Amino acid sequence: MEEAAWFWGVATCVKLLLVPTYHSTDFEVHRHWLALTSSLPLARWYSDASSPWTLDYPPLFAYFELLLSLPASLLDPTIVDLVAGQNYAASSALLFQRVSVAAADLVLLLGAHRLARRLPPFRRRLAFAFLLWSPALLIVDHIHFQYNGFLLGILLLSLSFLAEGRDLAGGIAFAVLICSKHLFLVGAPVYFVYLLRHYCRGGFGKALGRFLAMGSAVGAVFATAFGPFLYHGQMLQVLHRLFPFGRGLCHAYWAPNFWVFYIVLDKILAFVLAKLGFVIQAPKASFTGGLVGDSSPFAVLPQVTPAITFLLVILAMSPCLIKAFLKPQSKHIIRWVAYAYTCGFMFGWHVHEKASLHFTIPLAIVAMESLDDARHYFLLSIVSCYSLFPLLFEPQEYPVKILLLAVHSILMWLGFCQFRISRTSHQRKTSDSRGSCEKNQIIGCAGTCYLLGLFGVELWGQLLHPYFFGDKLPFLPLMLVSIYCAMGMMYSWAWQLRQIIRFC
Amino acid sequence: MRWTVLSSDLLLFFPAALYFVWVYCRRNVGGDKEGRSAPWLLAMILLYPCLILIDHGHFQYNCISLGLTLGAIAAVLSRNELVASALFSLAINHKQMSLYFAPAFFSHLLGKCLGRQNPIFEVMKLGLVVIGTFALVWQPYLYSLEAVMEVLSRLSPFERGKYEDYVANFWCSTSIFIKWKRLFPIQSMKFLSLIATVSAFLPSFIRQVKAPSDRGFLYALLNSSFSFYLFSYQVHEKSILLPLLPASLLALEEPLLFGWLMYYALLSMYPLLCRDHLILQYISVLALFGFIFYSPDGRSGMRANSFSIRKRALMTLPLLCSFILHVIYLSLRPPKKYPFLFEAMIMLLCFSQFVILTLHTNTKQLMLPDCSTRTERGKKDL
Repeated sequence: MEEAAWFWGVATCVKLLLVPTYHSTDFEVHRHWLALTSSLPLARWYSDASSPWTLDYPPLFAYFELLLSLPASLLDPTIVDLVAGQNYAASSALLFQRVSVAAADLVLLLGAHRLARRLPPFRRRLAFAFLLWSPALLIVDHIHFQYNGFLLGILLLSLSFLAEGRDLAGGIAFAVLICSKHLFLVGAPVYFVYLLRHYCRGGFGKALGRFLAMGSAVGAVFATAFGPFLYHGQMLQVLHRLFPFGRGLCHAYWAPNFWVFYIVLDKILAFVLAKLGFVIQAPKASFTGGLVGDSSPFAVLPQVTPAITFLLVILAMSPCLIKAFLKPQSKHIIRWVAYAYTCGFMFGWHVHEKASLHFTIPLAIVAMESLDDARHYFLLSIVSCYSLFPLLFEPQEYPVKILLLAVHSILMWLGFCQFRISRTSHQRKTSDSRGSCEKNQIIGCAGTCYLLGLFGVELWGQLLHPYFFGDKLPFLPLMLVSIYCAMGMMYSWAWQLRQIIRFC
Repeated sequence: MRWTVLSSDLLLFFPAALYFVWVYCRRNVGGDKEGRSAPWLLAMILLYPCLILIDHGHFQYNCISLGLTLGAIAAVLSRNELVASALFSLAINHKQMSLYFAPAFFSHLLGKCLGRQNPIFEVMKLGLVVIGTFALVWQPYLYSLEAVMEVLSRLSPFERGKYEDYVANFWCSTSIFIKWKRLFPIQSMKFLSLIATVSAFLPSFIRQVKAPSDRGFLYALLNSSFSFYLFSYQVHEKSILLPLLPASLLALEEPLLFGWLMYYALLSMYPLLCRDHLILQYISVLALFGFIFYSPDGRSGMRANSFSIRKRALMTLPLLCSFILHVIYLSLRPPKKYPFLFEAMIMLLCFSQFVILTLHTNTKQLMLPDCSTRTERGKKDL
């Protein structure tokens, strides 16, 4: 535990230094929720409209905000004032919110400690370095401002319980997670199938008993969360706020997933077909806006609806679900859950690029298992961190984000080289393989080219684009980042699928 | 603007630190020690909080002169004395505060030259390099004596008085009891501080001339810069950066000393940092430094269990006082009669610790064994 605490302590110092950096509107969102939960009665939490930042997280997170509002009101009552606190950006509010995120990361510490404590010493330290010092998490949580560390800590706790075989605890932790942020529902099919097959075993009576136990435990968590709203007859309103339909397929900045290729293909086809003489109607709707009646934002290719994305996600997850159904083993659960979140990221509706954290963080533990996994993680974490760079667009954060990614890459490189040395010496004792030379590299030829291309994209965005185009076509560099990172993400998804089909 | 400090730091200080650590570990300067950790030493040199806070928080360019000095030290250790002289002259020309290290450099190089075949020739070689570097840098002003005198008078504004603000200096701390300003005029004060400074670094100076050694050189640097800091005229609180440099270089051998000195040096800068609204940065950089100092692999950590209870009590007492002072300075207002009461208290505490540390390092240097020079002479004969 001391080692983990040391890593957490160093990270917290860095987080304190990041207090004065840029923060997005999420800062005001969370401050408003502090005010909302402390000033208004429960019945009005999900129906209040005094601010455009309505509560769109499930109730357990709202209770967490209520808990936080208690010290906030002691520190500075204006923070939790519903009216006077709007867009309150005094240093007391800034300090309080930033410190609360850093403090909530204690849950991440706990989750990381539980997951990594069984590993040998060197890999354990490496795991702590990747989990607690993750640059993507630092950028999203401590600069852009969100509470992902806390939620990912709950996910890691749940995974650690499952990996140890304590299924009931894992299921309860996952239920708590879903009731704190419903985005994590994407992993629910895997959890359901795995728990059904792994936990509800034995004879019919025992299996049924266990099923009922799990069901009632999860039900109890949901009851604690949603019960009061059911009592007040607010369930419909809550669901309406939690699942706001009316948003487009993509966010304003396209998350690097499959739909990027679909959109680009559509545009290319429209261009080519128009040149060839076909009549192509310009689409009335936009990708980022909502569904406008029957009109499709796509010029050539068929329209995509939320139902289609849902089906695609389930289809992509199906090999994993089948494997989990046939042979539920606790040692593969982290891989399966990470794969589920990858599918959700790649094919989901209105995915935000921050969702890449959901599978990058658990994969840090998987990376400790073998050199192949380490190689994959090296590429994935760099790509996902780079795809988050457009979130921080102010010049003063530029050196910070570059430095964080550079330090992380160097740590990974050094760690994995050490890892490779210990593995190859072990392999030489057990087998004599001459052809393993290429396999022992951290990153192959293609990977190196891809990462160098990342430099090229950044160079274009920072230097060449302003030189050639000035202020015109401002979306072009962002589009380039999206497309390029999407290639890396697709590779990651395909690689994970292959691993699951072949080895799990 | 911040970019220029950062880039100068990167271009000058970082390579110098890397060079030093490389030379230090290769030459095995500190003797054979188990559990030596080069990365930890590098971290200590690069990350010491005072430099980060002053250069990048308060905004100054100390890293350039410190980087050049560090390069010069590393060059001395790797026996490139001409390079060392050139680098050190550049450092002096960048910031005349680097003269704090001059006695140590002079004594060590003189001692080395005297031990060789042709002492006068060696000394002349070094002298030529120094004069040459100075001439190169001062070239625009060398057309008349007036210009040179003008530059010199701007560099050393003696009219400002004995001390600015509150420094953990001998004169400043004892001025609470003895009002120096009323007793002596400025001329005699200058003379008095000169005498005090010279007598403070004289023992280490003589020792280095008689028996120059690498370890002794590092200690001599620490001693001479400390003597200047404690007894010199017109010292600024930021001058504590200068003794801290050799202290960080000695971090592997005297970790306790280094940590202790670092903490009290930061404390002495605390009022300055408070005025610059850098309190949060102060806390986080100090905490980060503490974490790295006590890194979990335990090799370079300190074994506190080996200290007796009395020693531990002796160390924790000033620590407790410092915590209380931190809080008092932030929260309470000083009484109208003594508006600088809290600064004075902080300075007194730091001064007491600095005096203890200086005495310790001086005795350490004087007690260093003489055998290193004999083995080097033996190697040369081979």
